[in-house]
Amino acid sequence: MSSVLNVPTLQVNVARKVFPAVAGRAANHVLDAILFDVEAGSFVAITGPSGGGKSTLLNIIAGLDSAFDGDIRFSDPNLNVAFVFQSPRLLPWRTVRENIALVLPPNDPRHANIDELLGRVGLADAVHAYPEMISLGMQRRAALARAFILEPDILLMDEPFVSLDDPTAQGLRQLLMELWSRRPTTVLFVTHDRQEAVMLASRVICLAGTPASVVQDEAVALTSGERVDRDKVRAEQNRIFGTA
Amino acid sequence: MQHEAGAPFGAIRIGRIGWTLISLSTLLALWAIAAAIVQSRYLPDPLTVVEVMAREWQNGDLWRNIVATLIRVFFSFTIAIFVGSAIGLLLGRHPLADRFFDPWVSFFLNLPALVIIILCYIWFGLTEVAAVLAVAINKIPNVAVTMREGARSLSKDLIEMAQIYRFGWWKTLRHVTVPQLAPFFIAASRTGLSLVWKIVLVVEAFGRSDGVGYQLNIAFQLFDVPMILAYSLAFIAVVQLIELALLQPMIARTNRWRR
Repeated sequence: MSSVLNVPTLQVNVARKVFPAVAGRAANHVLDAILFDVEAGSFVAITGPSGGGKSTLLNIIAGLDSAFDGDIRFSDPNLNVAFVFQSPRLLPWRTVRENIALVLPPNDPRHANIDELLGRVGLADAVHAYPEMISLGMQRRAALARAFILEPDILLMDEPFVSLDDPTAQGLRQLLMELWSRRPTTVLFVTHDRQEAVMLASRVICLAGTPASVVQDEAVALTSGERVDRDKVRAEQNRIFGTA
Repeated sequence: MQHEAGAPFGAIRIGRIGWTLISLSTLLALWAIAAAIVQSRYLPDPLTVVEVMAREWQNGDLWRNIVATLIRVFFSFTIAIFVGSAIGLLLGRHPLADRFFDPWVSFFLNLPALVIIILCYIWFGLTEVAAVLAVAINKIPNVAVTMREGARSLSKDLIEMAQIYRFGWWKTLRHVTVPQLAPFFIAASRTGLSLVWKIVLVVEAFGRSDGVGYQLNIAFQLFDVPMILAYSLAFIAVVQLIELALLQPMIARTNRWRR
C-alpha cells in the first residue's frame, strides 16, 4: 500500500505535439519536452499566454487527443477522471438534473447525492430547468456539479470561469474551493489568468514559447485563509512571476 | 413545467384555428358561387360533393380505399425514413463515402417519380411490393440529403464530453446523437409525408386495384368530377389529421428545451 501512495497520480511526458498542415496552413508545432509529475491531492494550475497550447496539453492528458509523441501515465488506469470544459457543454435537451444524473451508471448509489450537491452549488431552483433557460454562470455551476458528483480522482479544468463578470467568476472560484476542501482531489486547472492560478492552486506550472515548454514550476505559499485576501494573493503573484 | 411551456403556444393556436376557419369558409363560398354561375357537371357545387362523399362512406368504398392507401403510405414512408437515414448518416460521417456516392444521390434526386414507378412495375410486376418500393425509392434520396446535413452538424464538443464521462455507445446515441438529429428527422418526416402520399396515388392509378389513386383513375375515365373531388377532399382531411395529431405533438416535444 505505502508504495502505491508514493507513486504520483499522474506522470505527464509530452515530448512533441505537432498539428499537421491542413488546407494551406503550415504544420504547427505547439508543445515540446513537457515533463512533470502530479502528486495525489495537489491542485496544479497550468498557466501561460492564450493560444499557447495549454488546452492542447489538457486534451492530451484527458485522452481526447492521442496524436502526440510521449506518454501520459496514471497511477491506476481505472482512475475516475472528470473534465470541466471552457464552455459548459451541457446537453441542451436534458434538464440540469438529467445532465448530472447521466454521468453516473444507472443504479449508482451516488444518484442519492445529486439534489444535495445541486443545492450546494446554488441550483436548487433550477433542477428541472433546461440549460438554455438559465444564465451562463448557472450553467457553469451545473458543469461543476456534474464533475463533482463523480467524486473524481482527477479533475481537469480548462478555463472554467472565463467570460463571466468578475463577481460571478469570484463566486464560482469560492464554490470550487469549498467543493474541493469538502472532497479533496487531484486538480489540473488551465488558466491564462495568473491571479486566478495563484489564488486557487498549490502549485503553478507556467508554459511559454513557441513551441511551448515549461518555463516555471513553483509551489504557492499561501494558506487557505490568505487565499481570500486579494493583497496576499497579489504579493504571492508578484513573488512568483515578478512585478511586470 | 409542462403547463408553463404549453400556455403561450395555446394562445397562438386558438388564433390560428380561427384564421384557418375564416380562410377555408371563404374558399368554400367562392367555389359555391363559381359553381352556381358556371352550372356545369364538371364543376359541381360543394353540396353535391358532400353527398357523394356521404354515399361512398356509407357503401364502405371511401374508407376501404383510404385505408388501402394509408397502409401503402405507412410502409413506403417507414422504409424510406429508415433506409434514407442510414444512408444519410453514413455519408455525413464518412467524407470519402460522401465524395464517392454524392453523384448517385444527385442522380436519384433528379430521377422523375414516373420513371421509377414505371421501371419498378416492369421489373417487379404489378405487385404490392413494386408499388411500395417505387414510392420508397422516390423518397429515400430526400431523406438521405436531409439526414446527411444533420450528421455533418453533430457537435464534436458534446461527443468529447460523452467520451470523458464514459457514456458508452448506447447512452451517447440516445442522449447526445439522436436529440441533435431530431430536427432533421422531423424535417425529413414532414416533407416525406407530403411527398409520399402524392406519389402513392400515382402508383395506385398505374397498377393497383384499390386505394384512393385507383378510385381517382376510375373517376377520371368517367369524367366523374364530384367523385374526384369527394375522394381528394376526404384524403386531404385524413392527411391533415395525421399531421396535426402525430407530427405536431412530436415537434412540440422535441422543441420543449429551446429558449
